[in-house]
Amino acid sequence: MDALNNLFVNIAAAIRGLFADSHSFGADLSINIIVFIMLFLIMVVAALFLSLVERKFAHWVSQRSGPNRLGPHGWFQFIADAVKMLGKEDITPANVDKFLFKMAPMMLVGVTLMVFGVIPFGEEMVAIDLDLGILYFFAVSSLTTLGILMAGWASNNKYSLLGGLRAVAQMISYEIPLIFSLLGVVMITQTFNLSAIIEAQKTIPFIFLQPLAFLIFLIAGIAETNRAPFDHVQGEQEIVAGPFTEYSGLRWGLFMLAEYGNVVATSAIAVTMFLGGWYGPEFLPGWLWFILKIWLVIFLMMWVRWTFVRMRIDHLMHFAWKILLPLALVNIFLTGLGIYVYDLFIVRIGG
Amino acid sequence: MMIEGTQEYSLNMGPQHPSTHGVFRMVVHLDGEVVTKVEPKIGYLHRGLEKMAESRTYTQFIPYTDRLDYLAGPHNSLGYVQAVEKLMDTEVPERAEYLRIIFAELGRIASHLVMIASGSLDISGWTPWSYCFRDRERILDLFEMTAGNRMTPNYFRIGGVSQDVPEEFMPALKSFLEDMPEMIEEYYGIFFGNEIAQSRMKSVGILPKELAENLLITGANLRASGVQYDVRKAEPYGIYDRFDFQIPVLYGCDTYDRHFIRLLEIQESKKIIEQAYKDIPAGPVMTKVPKVLKPPVGKVYHRVENPKGEMGWYIVSNGSTKPARVRIRTGAFVNVQMLPEIVKGWKMQDLVTIFASMDLVLGEVDK
Repeated sequence: MDALNNLFVNIAAAIRGLFADSHSFGADLSINIIVFIMLFLIMVVAALFLSLVERKFAHWVSQRSGPNRLGPHGWFQFIADAVKMLGKEDITPANVDKFLFKMAPMMLVGVTLMVFGVIPFGEEMVAIDLDLGILYFFAVSSLTTLGILMAGWASNNKYSLLGGLRAVAQMISYEIPLIFSLLGVVMITQTFNLSAIIEAQKTIPFIFLQPLAFLIFLIAGIAETNRAPFDHVQGEQEIVAGPFTEYSGLRWGLFMLAEYGNVVATSAIAVTMFLGGWYGPEFLPGWLWFILKIWLVIFLMMWVRWTFVRMRIDHLMHFAWKILLPLALVNIFLTGLGIYVYDLFIVRIGG
Repeated sequence: MMIEGTQEYSLNMGPQHPSTHGVFRMVVHLDGEVVTKVEPKIGYLHRGLEKMAESRTYTQFIPYTDRLDYLAGPHNSLGYVQAVEKLMDTEVPERAEYLRIIFAELGRIASHLVMIASGSLDISGWTPWSYCFRDRERILDLFEMTAGNRMTPNYFRIGGVSQDVPEEFMPALKSFLEDMPEMIEEYYGIFFGNEIAQSRMKSVGILPKELAENLLITGANLRASGVQYDVRKAEPYGIYDRFDFQIPVLYGCDTYDRHFIRLLEIQESKKIIEQAYKDIPAGPVMTKVPKVLKPPVGKVYHRVENPKGEMGWYIVSNGSTKPARVRIRTGAFVNVQMLPEIVKGWKMQDLVTIFASMDLVLGEVDK
């Protein structure tokens, strides 16, 4: 079990062992390249697979057919989708801002990939073990807004522009409750490092100490990833596909990749902050627990997505500023009170 | 209210747009996300049905009538064949009358289900949409096993119906009726009872009673504005006077009520079908009519309560095998004019919901 648990760590050590000096520049570089490729593959495969799982889930919830042709019960459909997307003609419409138009999907994917850099998939299985991991996550994930706005502006299409403007309004509003909901955890653990936060949850996952914060994080996270009931940015019934209206082929595929990648990243942060990361009963390796927990959160998000209808844009804003934000502040206050009481009585009496 | 230095812009929604329910086009004037003005543009599905009628015999025109409101085919043909029967003074066998009622009301349920489904889809409710279509499928199966066609069954004939229902029809109808209360509960649970859906639809797009009456709005849209008017009660046609059913009326005048009244009407239609199912007599389904129909010279106006509103058939006969003139008054066409009146000041998102609540079918609008 221990070998399986440390499988990837051992592989990394073995690769480093190939070099004369295991911490030379060459060793670091090759490890970094391998990790980058691994992360990219994780994101691509997860996103592709997620696009299939989402349709399977829709089939399950809303009793429609879902993909059922390619492979057993249609489980190979995502391969066909990827091939189709690669084969489609890439159209750049006339009168668009060509530079921004082509930059936007790449930027979105790049930003999403950057979030994966700090996610600890298992013990010591993190690409960049930043001390300010959470701040990095906030900083990078808010950049996705810029990518969507770029797409909306560059497309030279009124629907796209509306979508881009909605993206800015929505994502900036929901960023704040999102950040505030995580502050409680930071206050308890006194660290911004994601691995350290998981280690602090060895005995009890923070979802039991911070249930309100988990709820706020989940809601704001759904809004951040632009999924129903907060999918105003794409709002298919009103603004066709929002900023993605003019995109086709692989560029459109990159947007979808970024969207699903964001879902995975947000779920991973939720697992890290609230669900105890890689900790779980011993019969499965830690990294598998982490992945299973990510899927649990994703299923929650899908459940919401296929049950609720889209909110109105002004209700959406009210919800962020008048409900979620005060709740997040209350949560911070209660956490502070709890910590104070804990320090005052339990620690002193116990110590 | 415009901020200085900004300007309104116009957005062309349709004819190819996800939520214009066909090929409706509207030019929307927007101030940010707020709608200041809407100009509906219709005619993209104009097929000239009224003119076509003049070059076809009375019987040949029946299939075309199904394609007016293609979501509720039977009720359109019902209006047409009854108008011609009125002109010719034809008696219809009892069993055919009952079958007509069953089919017309099944068509109404199917149409209302599509309306609820697309209404929920327009606020991104995919699951209610697929529930409604799942149940509508069973109605279409009933049509298919009887008449061969699913959406446009072309079942009614002048003087009766084309054939008797197959023996598996009645058990299938019974099981459908038995499952209906559960379905309605399901729609309520996932769509009408949903907090977000209610916040999207309640007190949005108010159509006051006076405005509705002045604009000659008919059908469920009128009844959701507090007017209890239904041709089935006001001027019963066929054998509607034999059934015990209510005309639901709501006083909210808003988008939610326009959706919800359809759910109530489905329940009333279910009552009618249940009674018809119980009372239906055996016997012939077609009366003896001449092979070549030549109605006497004259004109007739006959109106029926189509799911989309009041449908009137004005037919002028010059004694030949083809009608001299056919004019169709469709509910949806008249109902279009409420759109510019009630969307002003609402958001772009509400425009879509309000449009869905009007329940337009472009086949009927454009004829």
